[in-house]
Amino acid sequence: MRAQIAQRTLRTDRWWLPPLATFAGLLLISIYAAVRTFMGDYYWVDDYRYLTPMYSPCLSQECLPNAAHFGRPLPELPGFLTPPVVIIPFLLGFRVTCYYYRKAYYRAAWMSPPACAVAEPHAKYTGETRFPLIAQNLHRYFFYAASLLLLINIYDAFYAFTTGIGLGNIVLLVNVGLLAAYTLSCHSCRHIAGGRLKHFSKHPVRYWAWTQISKLNARHMQLAWASLIFVCVTDLYVALVASGTIADLRFVN
Amino acid sequence: MGYQGHFRVWRGSAEGGGLEDFTVEVNEGEVVLDVIHRLQATQTPDLAVRWNCKAGKCGSCSAEINGKPRLLCMTRMSVFAEDETVTVTPMRTFPVIRDLVTDVSYNYRKAREIPAFKPPEGVAPGEYRMQQVDVERSQEFRKCIECFLCNNTCHVIRDHEENKESFAGPRFLMRVAELEMHPLDEADRVQQAQSSHGLGLCNITKCCTEVCPEHIKITDNALIPMKERVADRRYDPIVWLGNKLFRRS
Repeated sequence: MRAQIAQRTLRTDRWWLPPLATFAGLLLISIYAAVRTFMGDYYWVDDYRYLTPMYSPCLSQECLPNAAHFGRPLPELPGFLTPPVVIIPFLLGFRVTCYYYRKAYYRAAWMSPPACAVAEPHAKYTGETRFPLIAQNLHRYFFYAASLLLLINIYDAFYAFTTGIGLGNIVLLVNVGLLAAYTLSCHSCRHIAGGRLKHFSKHPVRYWAWTQISKLNARHMQLAWASLIFVCVTDLYVALVASGTIADLRFVN
Repeated sequence: MGYQGHFRVWRGSAEGGGLEDFTVEVNEGEVVLDVIHRLQATQTPDLAVRWNCKAGKCGSCSAEINGKPRLLCMTRMSVFAEDETVTVTPMRTFPVIRDLVTDVSYNYRKAREIPAFKPPEGVAPGEYRMQQVDVERSQEFRKCIECFLCNNTCHVIRDHEENKESFAGPRFLMRVAELEMHPLDEADRVQQAQSSHGLGLCNITKCCTEVCPEHIKITDNALIPMKERVADRRYDPIVWLGNKLFRRS
């Protein structure tokens, strides 16, 4: 028999604040991303070749011809669907199955547990042993897809430099920098690079890669938030310039 | 400078019990265990508390202080305000024996379920040779003092007693990882981790890492790498497709 303690927790600190802040942050970003996805407009600045990362690559017939850096191989999308719906499952899949975000939303949204040593409200718990949560094991495949999309984002950022240099270029560059750091710091990336090896001494290059990625991996949570917020900032900047609300600050034309 | 501190300590046994209030002298530089000892010496001679080294190395004095799983000997009184009530309770996940002492035999049972280190055939003790770089990862896990605070805080068993049968807890999944990453161990730990030790039940919410007094990165360095190894083996669609196409077992 366990000690009979009626209280759900005896913690006296504000344990509810981190999950609440996480929930609010994720909700706000989800709403912003959903609005921008289904807006279907203001994603491309023709004069300076700025393409928001949320619409990159733009692959369907709705895409503005200049924004489609890799052509428009896909037909017109039905109904209210917009070009990002083609890539969002991969980006979302990468974030949703990410080991950091799993911790974040298991705690903040599912309260399993809401905080350490605070009882969860669920009567049963099967963890990640059954469908649908067993699919979290597919993280590395989303990592591969996200890496490909990152390369495209990097191409977009450098392609924008062909018209000069403006604040938008800096924003796009910082964005891909943060996305690259988040993607490289991923636990699956760490495993693939060298973590899966039994003998580091036989693979010095992979061991070096593993040690470098391990340093980044220690900051995975911070990079997850920084890159997520900055994608929204980048998208907002491109949208404001594309809609003519603000003018891009140009350094070199 | 000393002051009179307000304490609430859980007292009782498996039959029942509750929180009792005490006012105890607290002096500068003391830890919670010092105050519990003073309580024992001055007011409650029959108060049961397990302790040994008073240096955070034996892992005996695990308990919960203001609801947080901690070592009594490593929690300084200076982190509390003088007018704050300090609540001390036994670990919740394990059966209570008396007062602050719990029966942690679940952990020893789980330890016995893990097959021992299996060196290569024909290599006898004394003949083990390995490079430091290969064995380094496993050495982090050897810092464990077996205080069982990680298993105590893990919601998989803390909130769901029924999972104790199938879940080894972070401490022993870390032991599996330690052996799996050992350069000379040849047992199949990956399959066992998933099927026998309940790795799939872990939802990596990192409470084990948060409470570890040795600051071992249990989740990042042991549990997630084990989950990735299981994914290599069981959830890799490319491997699965290859096995189907080429009829590999």
